Amino acid sequence: MTGETTTDERTESGFDFDAKRLGLYATLALLVGFFLGPIEMGLVTSLKSDPTAGVPFLPPSASGLTFEKWGTAFEALSSGLFNSVIMAVPATVFSALLGSMAAYGLTQISWKGQIPILSLFVAAIFIPYQAVLVPLTQFWSIYFPLTDLLWFVWAGLGISEEYGELLKLIITHIAYGIPICTILFRSFYKGMSEEMIEAARLDGASIRRIYRRIVLPLSTPMFAVVLIYQFTQIWNELLFALILISSGTSEAAPVTLVLAGLGESQEGLDFALRMAGALLTALPTLIVYVLFGEEFAEGAAT
Amino acid sequence: MRYLLTAIRRLLASKRNEEVRADGGTVEGSEQAARDDGSGLFDSDLVESSPFWLPPFLLMGFFVYGAIAWNLLISLTDHTGFGEIDYSSLDFEMYSRAFSDPQFIFAARNTVVLIVGFIGVCLVIGLLLAILLDRQIRFKNGFRTIYLLPMSLSFVVTAQFWLWMYNVNSGIINQILGLVGLGPYNWIGNPELILGAVIFALVWQFSGYTMVVYLATLQSIPNAHYEAARVDGASTIKMYWRVIIPQLRNAMISATVVLMVFALKAFDFLYALVGGYRPPKGADILPTLMVRMAYQNNEWAYGSAIAILLFLLALGIVAPYLYHQHKHGNL
Repeated sequence: MTGETTTDERTESGFDFDAKRLGLYATLALLVGFFLGPIEMGLVTSLKSDPTAGVPFLPPSASGLTFEKWGTAFEALSSGLFNSVIMAVPATVFSALLGSMAAYGLTQISWKGQIPILSLFVAAIFIPYQAVLVPLTQFWSIYFPLTDLLWFVWAGLGISEEYGELLKLIITHIAYGIPICTILFRSFYKGMSEEMIEAARLDGASIRRIYRRIVLPLSTPMFAVVLIYQFTQIWNELLFALILISSGTSEAAPVTLVLAGLGESQEGLDFALRMAGALLTALPTLIVYVLFGEEFAEGAAT
Repeated sequence: MRYLLTAIRRLLASKRNEEVRADGGTVEGSEQAARDDGSGLFDSDLVESSPFWLPPFLLMGFFVYGAIAWNLLISLTDHTGFGEIDYSSLDFEMYSRAFSDPQFIFAARNTVVLIVGFIGVCLVIGLLLAILLDRQIRFKNGFRTIYLLPMSLSFVVTAQFWLWMYNVNSGIINQILGLVGLGPYNWIGNPELILGAVIFALVWQFSGYTMVVYLATLQSIPNAHYEAARVDGASTIKMYWRVIIPQLRNAMISATVVLMVFALKAFDFLYALVGGYRPPKGADILPTLMVRMAYQNNEWAYGSAIAILLFLLALGIVAPYLYHQHKHGNL
């Protein structure tokens, strides 16, 4: 990256492997090691019967290989994983849908006074959530005690009342997910052809009909981006789960909350177990990321 | 308000139009279009599109702006413990308490150090990554995906990984440093080192994000700019410094604002390091202090006051950005 360069590196066929290119690829490979290192280390450590044995980043020797920690971690986290699924999926879908609707009403249908309302959506993305925690607790515990209001549901279904807390968490995630989803959809709708909408309106189609027949079908690629990004965000979240769900031992605790307490409840120094637990928690988001890395990147970059 | 009234009037009028149009008369449709030039249709659009934007707006508005206003109110009370909040006597006592509380001063200082350090390093590393990947690399997308991967992980997960990396005796960081005769350092236990260790871990997690933001802009820079710099005989470094980097200003600004949000979310990371409200000594930041005050000590009003101060800190960074975006019509 230093000094003069005479090779025209920015042409289509500019792949000439001189020393400089080699240095470039070596740097890139080192960086791959840097970014994947901690994850790889977690993986090999989780398979060791004694995590401190041998070199941290080398796989365990045949005698030291064990899947026991994964078993233990799965037992500890399985209900948390289940809760995270039933929390993250509906929260993701609803916040994406509401975001799409808001973006449509604020972008493709233009009316005076949109901009202030839109600014409120944008600003809401950057709110530090600490600024809403205490009112959130007040609201859910005193003014709108959903768990008690829905007592017949828990009794009827025969499930723990704790799931009322999870419902609160879902609604909370939907509300705070709307701003980012709206802005993601807005950036997409701004690039959509206006003529189509105009033409449809001239033909007398109602705003609702245009959304259902034209905009929604065309939004499919953006829905993929928003769903992927939001799912990851909601799955990974800890703060709201921590204050809305009493503790990591609650029946309705999402997996991040259980994992955060894992070091305490189990033997705190068992790093092999911690690593197995961490990887298990990350597994769904890792799978989503490997399959849809492009969409995630697009969601992040917007 | 005046808007709304005329809008409702228009709505009633347009409803009648709708019914006529439902019979398939395109004539009325074009009549509608003919009136497009007037301001009439705008207002009916506001109302007609309101089923789409109003419900999300109300839900979000209540939980975000309603909650912040409510939080401000609570911060003016003296509410502690459990029971009803007494809103009858409001004062700024909690704020004066914060400014004379050494814990608060320390956490505020740490928050600024964390934000500045984390954002600064992320912007530099992200820029280098982006420039590397912008140089006609094969498997570019593969590299990009790998560099961005840590961002898709939960703070709770990465905290476990880094606890292990930073482990005093068996952690890889100390083993590597041991090779050159340094250490072992107690990264997590030493109040002098913990903040740097946390920043490093967060940079690992988010420099890929910064890279992606830069890359989006780099790819839109026309080749002619590179060519022109070449023809002028500028070296690679000079070319980037003089021609390319200045064009990344907007990318840098928007990355900065988002990185600030991530830095404040480091609460999750610090909580998960210890599995409790009190982060390792020397790593207390305003988000952790606020949650601890409110949820561990049940000092609700004090916690709210800290939250408002944190909100103002964030606002100081975000408001200029939003204004800048608004001025350039990017909202």
